[in-house]
Amino acid sequence: MAQSTAGSVRPITLTIAALGGQGGGVLADWLVEIAEAEGYLAQSTSVPGVAQRTGATIYYLEFFPQAAAQSAGREPVMALMPVPGDVDCVVASELVEAGRALQRGLIDPARTTVIASTHRAYSIAEKSALGQGTADPAALTELLRQQSKRLVLFDMDALAERHRSVISSVILGALCGSGVLPFRRHAFEAAVRASGIAVETNLAAFADACEVATRGGSISEAAAAPAQSVLPPVPERAVSPHLQPLLEAVRRLPPPVQPLALAGVRRMIDYQDADYAGLYLRRLESIVALEAAHGEEAWTLSEHVARALALWMTFEDTIRVADLKTRSARLERVRADVRAAPEQIVGITEFLSPRAQEIADTLPAALGSRLQRAPRLADWLARRVRGRRIRSNRLGGFLLLYTLAGLRRWRRGTLRYRQENARIESWLQALQRLTPRNRPLAIELARAQRLIKGYGDTHERGWRHFSALFAQLERLGARPDGAALMARLHTAALADEEGAALARELAALQASTA
Amino acid sequence: MAERSFAKQVDSLRLGAGEEFRGEGILAVTKALLQSGVAYVGGYQGAPISHLMDVLADAEEVLAELGVHFEASASEATAAAMLAASINYPLRGAVTWKSTVGTNVASDALANLASAGVQGGALIILGEDYGEGASIMQERTHAFAMKSQMWLLDPRPHLPEIVRAVEQGFELSEASHTPVMLMLRIRACHVYGRFVASDNRRPPFSRAEALAAPQRDYGRIILPPSTYAQEREKIEQRFPAAERFVAERRLNETIDGDAGEIGIVLQGGLYNSVLRALELLGCADAFGSSRVPLYVLNVTYPLVPEEWVRFCTGKRAVLVVEEGQPEFIEQAANQILRRNDLSARLLGKELLPMSGEYTVEVLRKGISALLERWAPGLAVATAPRRPLPAERLAALVPPRPSGLCTGCPERPLFAAMKLLQRQTGPWHISADIGCHSFATLPPFNMGNSIMGYGLGPAGASALSSAGPRRALAVMGDGGFWHNGLTSGIGNAVFNRHDDVTIIVDNNYSAATGGQDIPSSRGAGVRRQGNNSIVAAVRGVGVRWVRRTRTYDMQGTLAVLREALSTKDAGPKVIVAEGECQLNRQRRIRPLTRQAIQKGERVVQERFGVDPDACTGDHSCIRLSGCPSLTIRPNPDPLRSDPVAHVDHSCVGCGVCGEVAHAAVLCPSFYRAELLFNPTRRDRLLAWLRRTVIGFLQRRRARRLLRYAV
Repeated sequence: MAQSTAGSVRPITLTIAALGGQGGGVLADWLVEIAEAEGYLAQSTSVPGVAQRTGATIYYLEFFPQAAAQSAGREPVMALMPVPGDVDCVVASELVEAGRALQRGLIDPARTTVIASTHRAYSIAEKSALGQGTADPAALTELLRQQSKRLVLFDMDALAERHRSVISSVILGALCGSGVLPFRRHAFEAAVRASGIAVETNLAAFADACEVATRGGSISEAAAAPAQSVLPPVPERAVSPHLQPLLEAVRRLPPPVQPLALAGVRRMIDYQDADYAGLYLRRLESIVALEAAHGEEAWTLSEHVARALALWMTFEDTIRVADLKTRSARLERVRADVRAAPEQIVGITEFLSPRAQEIADTLPAALGSRLQRAPRLADWLARRVRGRRIRSNRLGGFLLLYTLAGLRRWRRGTLRYRQENARIESWLQALQRLTPRNRPLAIELARAQRLIKGYGDTHERGWRHFSALFAQLERLGARPDGAALMARLHTAALADEEGAALARELAALQASTA
Repeated sequence: MAERSFAKQVDSLRLGAGEEFRGEGILAVTKALLQSGVAYVGGYQGAPISHLMDVLADAEEVLAELGVHFEASASEATAAAMLAASINYPLRGAVTWKSTVGTNVASDALANLASAGVQGGALIILGEDYGEGASIMQERTHAFAMKSQMWLLDPRPHLPEIVRAVEQGFELSEASHTPVMLMLRIRACHVYGRFVASDNRRPPFSRAEALAAPQRDYGRIILPPSTYAQEREKIEQRFPAAERFVAERRLNETIDGDAGEIGIVLQGGLYNSVLRALELLGCADAFGSSRVPLYVLNVTYPLVPEEWVRFCTGKRAVLVVEEGQPEFIEQAANQILRRNDLSARLLGKELLPMSGEYTVEVLRKGISALLERWAPGLAVATAPRRPLPAERLAALVPPRPSGLCTGCPERPLFAAMKLLQRQTGPWHISADIGCHSFATLPPFNMGNSIMGYGLGPAGASALSSAGPRRALAVMGDGGFWHNGLTSGIGNAVFNRHDDVTIIVDNNYSAATGGQDIPSSRGAGVRRQGNNSIVAAVRGVGVRWVRRTRTYDMQGTLAVLREALSTKDAGPKVIVAEGECQLNRQRRIRPLTRQAIQKGERVVQERFGVDPDACTGDHSCIRLSGCPSLTIRPNPDPLRSDPVAHVDHSCVGCGVCGEVAHAAVLCPSFYRAELLFNPTRRDRLLAWLRRTVIGFLQRRRARRLLRYAV
């Protein structure tokens, strides 16, 4: 308990930073009950405001020893809001909310214990970025560690999930285990019991969290960025002996390129066949050879191409989607994702909305381009297939998708394949041309493949943006800062859907070189 | 049924004398009303006093036992007009709403009430929505008190004081024949505390007695010459009576301190914050003893000059702590000091900020400046805090604006509007107050102005028939019944507007906590719900009315297209229906659980995203913003952009599928239908499907096994 300069007793102060709907109110009620049972006067208040709907919410509590009030013969005056530098404990039910408490000055290195969950509930800005837009959790964790007196951090959401409980029980357990409040464990448990709702699971989550917090939480778990899959190592022998030559080809590549190339090869086989993997490797080898001649011992370009080429060559056509949707592993994943019980029957409905374009794409090239030239027929077809809901767990729906996936064999003849193949070739040729003259710009061009992704309108927008960048190659190649400018254009292309930022950058570029 | 049920807490409204009451500030106010013998209560919901309305609605049984009449008023104006019963009869009445917005709406009735004067105590309980957590423009209720001559109580945010303020408020109102406003700041409304209860009192004079012997006095009618007499009465009788009452009953408090040359005058509502600031400066203890003398204004209008003179005499400097602007109290106090030839220097907005909430931190700075200049050595020195890496933090802590809830029926409406604008070009949209206000925030970012509750259509008036694209207005069912039917729709008909109005019908006053409104289905036995919006709209003369289910995006898009292009003259009204998902879930969940337990066949739907089909562009999120539609790291080691992901909070509303179709987005979404308690036929079919599908899947998987690198 903090002592003021005058030496008198001061209240214990606690802030709960939560998101609307996370049960911050329940937690505050529990804490009031516990404090009162343990001989403290308690006051709690909150500012829900419009934040009651998914925004950030703050609860504030003060506890004052009843004995001290009795001996003074007066009631304490308790504050209704946290004061920077005067908060004993900040509880945050989500990582960025802990950061927000820090931003508000509520965390004091000499005073404040921070108990926070490492999980993220992404903000709308982070979620709606055209690519990667999430805040850096490792940097925030580090800052919290520097700025707080003590930090108890772990993934409270995962723990709650494990017990099929709620995060408020986990936080309560963490508060108990951290020992930051002078209340005994049985008082905490009594409050959970008294609420009478999901007592068993809540107590289990409470106990587990209490245990974790007693150990001090786990910083290492927190500091790790959200798990991104890592590339598997390159084996010596292929599982299927007849594919050993492919593996040998991969192993002849420069070591940093090998894991990427292996992932690429596997992807080609998964997508098409072993011959396609061979094509992938031949294309990659030509870039590697070029970089060997001009790359000053670094393989950055080859690495980018290994990745970008693999993604581009496995473009998402109807056949691919149907294939992915009909695999048994997918069924298992869906069952796990929706928490189906082991024997539970789960139906699956797919939302497919092919346009005339997708139909044309899947047809043999000649037929497909004929359809493209017959807008009325295309319209009629589009109306017939638009907005389809396919029940892929039923025989009819499954067979439709299964048959579609079976078209893989004829994929090389489709309109889409021809088109993508031509685009890939022209991209590779540009890389070939550029590398000897301006390797950094070639690297940027390889990176720019990232813009092409998705389906329908999204894919068209990506291709449009990529083409706009591609069209600048001549202009940029002539400038010493060409690579940096290309990177700028790349960032601008991902800034907004409408392409406004990209248009501005392009106009600026035009003006500066005119 | 409201979002929050106070059924449990209502029992505490029955506590008798000597028993301890524990609970939220708002609940304490309700108890205080019953202890004061109130005869009738009304109001309109809105943060931070929504819960007061909810408590009253849940407490109708207790109210009935005591003979108290309660109404969920149609608007704040309705509630204020209700107080007319206290003009002619010794009936105590109380009304409540969110201020200043509600006071704005009520001000016509309030001004007339204040002019006529009251016999029975009239109390207006105001949730002052100012500072952190507020959802309205930042203004002060104080101005209303001054302009209409109503008294304004601003009690210390401490339950016993709040209860006392309610009880004394009625007495003050009766002693001075003037309505009294009691303002509670956001945190005071939600503060948990305790007080010792007294017995509830039946109103000593009943409403039946009033009707049995109606009283009439032309002097109380708002027509000349009564109005001139009323104005004189205000100044000559009511004002002095109020001053006398406040002084004699010592509603304001003075706290002596040893630093007698300075002092602080503060609004009662800021008492706890000022005390904490003083405590942190080493000038007060935890129990409210202060070295700096304090004058606590639990009544901020009218001021009592003698009290000011007594407090300021012999002081060199006095700080006035007055939140918000303009600084009415400081101006009036300067006049009092000047008239009484007092030399104390009055400080206020000179040391404290003109605008914004007076947090403890702000007060600490202001009071510290006072002490530094006028009482050096009194404050303890505090070590300056290390500055935070503000810029770095700004990059690491993204803002978290409010948004529509998981599964909200308004989401598909705004998604449809966003999509359609991509084809037609942008529209001018006059927005309104309600959950749909959140459409002005990401990811929808639409709506050009908000003029007030129910005023969306009126806000589009000036742009009507101006071409080339019609103006749009959005209004909720809450705003529609509040005033929008006449101010918006009736007006549009009468003035032959050409615009399109969308009435968002989610079946409740959802943003304020899901209270019932005239069109609510299932409004209970005490009220008549189910009143048709479409019939009302037709009733005021609209010819072009269409209904659409918001979850049917194709249908909504078609209706919108038609409304924007039809040759039909006159206003176009679309009633977009979809039950508030928060309320729906609260209704449905227990039923579903029961059905599953009873062994009934139940299908539960949930959405999901195939992470290998998703390419991480997040178009779907930009058209939805559903809290359950989020992102997670890409499982594909070759990709870095996070993939979309539907978390466990999904309620299966279907919007993801609708959006994927309407926007021709991508095939990654699926809907899973979880079957509980399958029939024998279900099991047989499932077995058959599993067998055939499993065979085919194994056949195809064999190829991949043959080609494993």
